[in-house]
Amino acid sequence: MNRIKSAFQKKQKGLLNIYFTAGYPRLHDTVPLLQALATAGADLIEIGMPFSDPLADGPVIQASSTAALHNGMNMRVLFSQLQGIRESVPDTPILLMGYLNPVMQFGVENFCREAAAAGVDGVILPDLPLDDYVQEYQDVFRRHKLRPVFLITPQTAPERIRRIDELTDSFLYLVSGPGTTGGANTQAAGVQDAYFQRIEDMKLRNPRLIGFGIGDKASFQHACRYAEGAIIGSAFIRALDGVDDVPAAAQRFVQSVVA
Amino acid sequence: MNPTYQHPTERGYYGQFGGAFIPEMLYPNVEELRDNYLAIFADPEFQREYQQLLRDYVGRPTPLFEARRLSEKYNTRIFLKREDLCHTGAHKINNTVGQILLAKRLGKTRIIAETGAGQHGVATATVCALMGMECIVYMGEIDMERQKPNVYRMRLLGAEVRAAMSGSRTLKDATNEAIRDWISNPVDTHYIIGSVVGPHPYPDLVARLQAVISEEMRKQLLEKTGSELPDYVVACVGGGSNAAGAFYHFLEEPSVQLVAVEAAGHGIHSGHSAATSVLGKPGIIHGSRTLLMQDEDGQITEPYSLSAGLDYPGIGPLHAFLAESGRARFISIEDEPALKAVSECSRLEGIIPALETAHALAAIGQLGAGPEEVVVINLSGRGDKDLETYIKYADTIM
Ligand SMILES: Cc1ncc(COP(=O)(O)O)c(C=O)c1O
Repeated sequence: MNRIKSAFQKKQKGLLNIYFTAGYPRLHDTVPLLQALATAGADLIEIGMPFSDPLADGPVIQASSTAALHNGMNMRVLFSQLQGIRESVPDTPILLMGYLNPVMQFGVENFCREAAAAGVDGVILPDLPLDDYVQEYQDVFRRHKLRPVFLITPQTAPERIRRIDELTDSFLYLVSGPGTTGGANTQAAGVQDAYFQRIEDMKLRNPRLIGFGIGDKASFQHACRYAEGAIIGSAFIRALDGVDDVPAAAQRFVQSVVA
Repeated sequence: MNPTYQHPTERGYYGQFGGAFIPEMLYPNVEELRDNYLAIFADPEFQREYQQLLRDYVGRPTPLFEARRLSEKYNTRIFLKREDLCHTGAHKINNTVGQILLAKRLGKTRIIAETGAGQHGVATATVCALMGMECIVYMGEIDMERQKPNVYRMRLLGAEVRAAMSGSRTLKDATNEAIRDWISNPVDTHYIIGSVVGPHPYPDLVARLQAVISEEMRKQLLEKTGSELPDYVVACVGGGSNAAGAFYHFLEEPSVQLVAVEAAGHGIHSGHSAATSVLGKPGIIHGSRTLLMQDEDGQITEPYSLSAGLDYPGIGPLHAFLAESGRARFISIEDEPALKAVSECSRLEGIIPALETAHALAAIGQLGAGPEEVVVINLSGRGDKDLETYIKYADTIM
């Protein structure tokens, strides 16, 4: 069963995907957060694998990554935390998001095997080039039934979008505008909507989730007008800042967006 | 074409090193560069403008100076390639002059750069002033402190200097911030990267712009020694741009020993070092697969060198390939011998070198060069920017 596909079949509109950094705010918050998010009604969950030099991330996710590494998070710890997660979170798709270097050092084959064993459904590696994916990673991913998720930006050429759409069977990650994660929309009025509309008009195979700069109910609902759903990362991580009861804060946040 | 040391493959590989590991947000920019740089470089009008600026603005060709007193001391024949005499005081401007012309042809109006020692930042600010372009330079907070004069020079030239506050607040972090800026400004901005690092085509692009160094060396050596080929070419390596330029036209000449000198900081295994060829393993930094200082989890480790220009946890993919294949010999020099080489070159030749360059000078004694042999040291920059450091370490230097 492909949990990602099922999630999009079950609910065709307004899917909420929440990103958080593994091992943040505390090393052992990963699993309680996953459970709280699933219970609160997140439709998909992305777990960030912290990296020392996250090039595509803004200050909030940079800081959470640094803190998580400081807390002792690494790939081995993450996979051991995820063991048995499908008993408490049976259906919500789980994706791992991170940078290529830690995955390379862990070994791609090892990484895919452990991820699949833990019940992970998809992987987002923004700095993995498409050609490299096809030539070196695709077979391993397929063997372990892991779906890649690729990013699309306002500058991505139409033929490239079609190719990306062919290469996966999950969803397309529509980056909302120029910038790193957590940035505000600085585009002139109408530019962003025109871009979302242009992609919608392409009638692609895969559903779309809009991410980067989505942070509350209003921006979530706006994004959902043009796509099956949206992804929230930085704003969620900010909501965990300095709280004692992390699962409760996660629940409150999800409610504030979808209620 | 088969890949050689001079020419990476179509996808930018030197052996297993290179490539373009970039997030989708950078793809159109990098693709635009990749698809255009060779044609633009080959355009006679580009060449005319580039050569004219190199001559009339940068002050090329730079002299090849026979250093008689150093030669006497080391009992070999030493020449210094005087990149310190370039306008702005280092080789960095060879690259920025070429890239600003490239940026203009690509229709870009805003320039960003990273800098460590500040020399690349100054060289970028300089060509932006010359061409009337907006210029933003990212610099680690630590480097802004230790290379203060260059911060003021950049500001005087009209550039905005933005402090990089993450990580070790040095060159790696400044490069991260410059890349994030480019992600946020994908249409009007060109990123003038300062070394032979970054995603393809940058390593090749920058190497070609620095290759003028070895092109001139060959002519000057023929005139001065009767042969275009020396026995040794020695250069320091931060990211590796001055070394790439000094090696370029000797890469396919096996009789020439290429010597790359890295910074060992407090000692290679002290935990405070930037000797990437010894401490690094293959990994990805700033969009390139290369040798990289990292922990077993693939997290990039913070490098250290007293010299801001060598304080980087990677090396360009060409150099990773030169190290792996054995085509170049890599030597590491600690802070202290580098400082001693500053005073030696100053007192014996009347030339105060940059702290980066001093690492190359400090390696002369380890070459094993004979009395009849010809050694060319690439004198990548002058020491004015380092005066404060030289004053602070006067006890070591004098
Ligand atoms: C004088 C000088 N030499 C060398 C370097 C190191 O850079 P690269 O290895 O790219 O030549 C720098 C960098 O700032 C420099 O200023």
